[in-house]
Amino acid sequence: MDVMAYPALREKLAARDRSLREKVMSLEEAAALVNDGDSVGIGGSTLSRTPMAMIWQLVRAGKKDLAVSRSITSSEGDLLFASGICKHIMTSWFSQGIVWGVSKVMRHHVENKLARYEEWSHLAMGMRFRAGAMGVPFLPMRSMLGSDVLKLRPEAKSITCPFTGEQLLLIPALNPDVALIHVQRCDAYGNAQIDGLQFMDMDLAMAANRVILTTERIVSNDQIRRVPELTKIPFFAVDAVVEVPYGCAPHECTNVYEPLFSHMDDYTSRVNADPVAGMQEYIERYVKEPKSWNDYLGMLGLTELLDAARRGRSMLND
Amino acid sequence: MTSFADCTASEVLAIMSSRLLEEGQVVFAGVGVPLLAATLAQRLRCAGLTILFEGGVVGPMIEPGQLPPSTNEQRCTKRANMVLSSTDVLLLLQRGHVDIGFMGGAQIDQHGNLNSSYIGDPENPRTRLPGTGGGNDISSLTRMIVAMRHERRRFVEKVDFVTSPGFLDGGTSRRDRGLLAGGMYRVVTDLGIFGFDDETKRMKIVALHPGVTLEQLRDNTGFEMLHDKQIAVTTVPTERELTTLRELDPDRLYIA
Repeated sequence: MDVMAYPALREKLAARDRSLREKVMSLEEAAALVNDGDSVGIGGSTLSRTPMAMIWQLVRAGKKDLAVSRSITSSEGDLLFASGICKHIMTSWFSQGIVWGVSKVMRHHVENKLARYEEWSHLAMGMRFRAGAMGVPFLPMRSMLGSDVLKLRPEAKSITCPFTGEQLLLIPALNPDVALIHVQRCDAYGNAQIDGLQFMDMDLAMAANRVILTTERIVSNDQIRRVPELTKIPFFAVDAVVEVPYGCAPHECTNVYEPLFSHMDDYTSRVNADPVAGMQEYIERYVKEPKSWNDYLGMLGLTELLDAARRGRSMLND
Repeated sequence: MTSFADCTASEVLAIMSSRLLEEGQVVFAGVGVPLLAATLAQRLRCAGLTILFEGGVVGPMIEPGQLPPSTNEQRCTKRANMVLSSTDVLLLLQRGHVDIGFMGGAQIDQHGNLNSSYIGDPENPRTRLPGTGGGNDISSLTRMIVAMRHERRRFVEKVDFVTSPGFLDGGTSRRDRGLLAGGMYRVVTDLGIFGFDDETKRMKIVALHPGVTLEQLRDNTGFEMLHDKQIAVTTVPTERELTTLRELDPDRLYIA
């Protein structure tokens, strides 16, 4: 992924319609904003605020050759690789979650060279998005030096600091073509509020050339203006707003629902037992066959959704 | 008084490593045993211990029985003082605000380098492991405690891949390659507690757990472990440590 020259970076953003306008659309319409071959940055981290509904829709739409980046990758990475819409993931950690061991789906694709897992340190992923957000080609950093993680990443350049003579590592900016970010609430213009952990989402939103927001609910602009300090992404950086309740399921959305642990247990035991056929069956059943996202939620089951919601909201109990 | 026979290996790791933490420290903890051990220390001895998680959490107080599946979910933020972006919490390490980095390990070598990326040749790996996460950053930027099972396949002379740097090739090589702060401090296993020789930076016995023999240690270690003539012995877990730990993880998510 080449670092963009500054004039090109500015031009891409200048081409965007920044005007105050309503951007509410369906998952299908938003998926049309993602082109084959795009570099796609994904918000949230591990099991938290994963824009699962949007990823699910990209699989249904049969996208091709997406180059995906995320701070930490969980089971959505299995889905991206096994569905064939993505053959390249840049991240710092990739498995379903430590409690489920090593993802056999990730292993199958990487060990058989069907797809590429490009490993950066967690801070390096953060520096990539932050440099992208700052409009500079790189940021200096002190980790990754001396390790084999660096040996595999010739994209990062080691230099001698002109001020101190110390060795530093320059981490190249990442400006994804499009960012997918799920939030608790936003207005129809795209002013987005995030509760709890923000991960790298603010930098990702500023770095990307297009931003697709999925949200648990769309609220009025007045509601946003009541607590503007909770707004983490401004409307002019947003291109699409899709209201998708439970849009992270089976992952979590802070204060709304926790991960659907029974589904995750069932999913991981199934696909890790048979990373090829088991994973394809899962995609057929849970991604391709449902008529809609709501239909998919119905398959996850009311009991489990309600339990996840009870646990999610319990954060606010005391 | 309990005995080691009463504890699982993970319980020994959690209790022994918990004892290394001190009141007032700022500790950057990974998921699993480190999270448990730091929370145990906070509850038993160090009420003023500040835990950091890579998701962006500063100073949480994890609830018993509500352990997070990683350090990136809402449970990690329980009763925290602050949430930051993940990038900014990791930058606290680089600035030097953190006393101890604390994580688990899959494979370690005699110089304290950790591998969590590849088993076998990285170009044609036998096994692709999940990768560094924050591990490389934590071990590059601060003083480290690692808690892991002591098995011959995990304690190797040289790791297949340096994901998280210890002392690299030993001696001054860590500093020479640009890592100017931090380094391995302690490795805690189900057999003992280990440190590193001041000069060579090779792993060295600090203490063995009661009943563990040098022969047993050699059988489970893929390199020559340094030791002094007199070898110290740790104290068995107390009833209070074990009970509190089991209350924290009643479902045995991380202490199985």
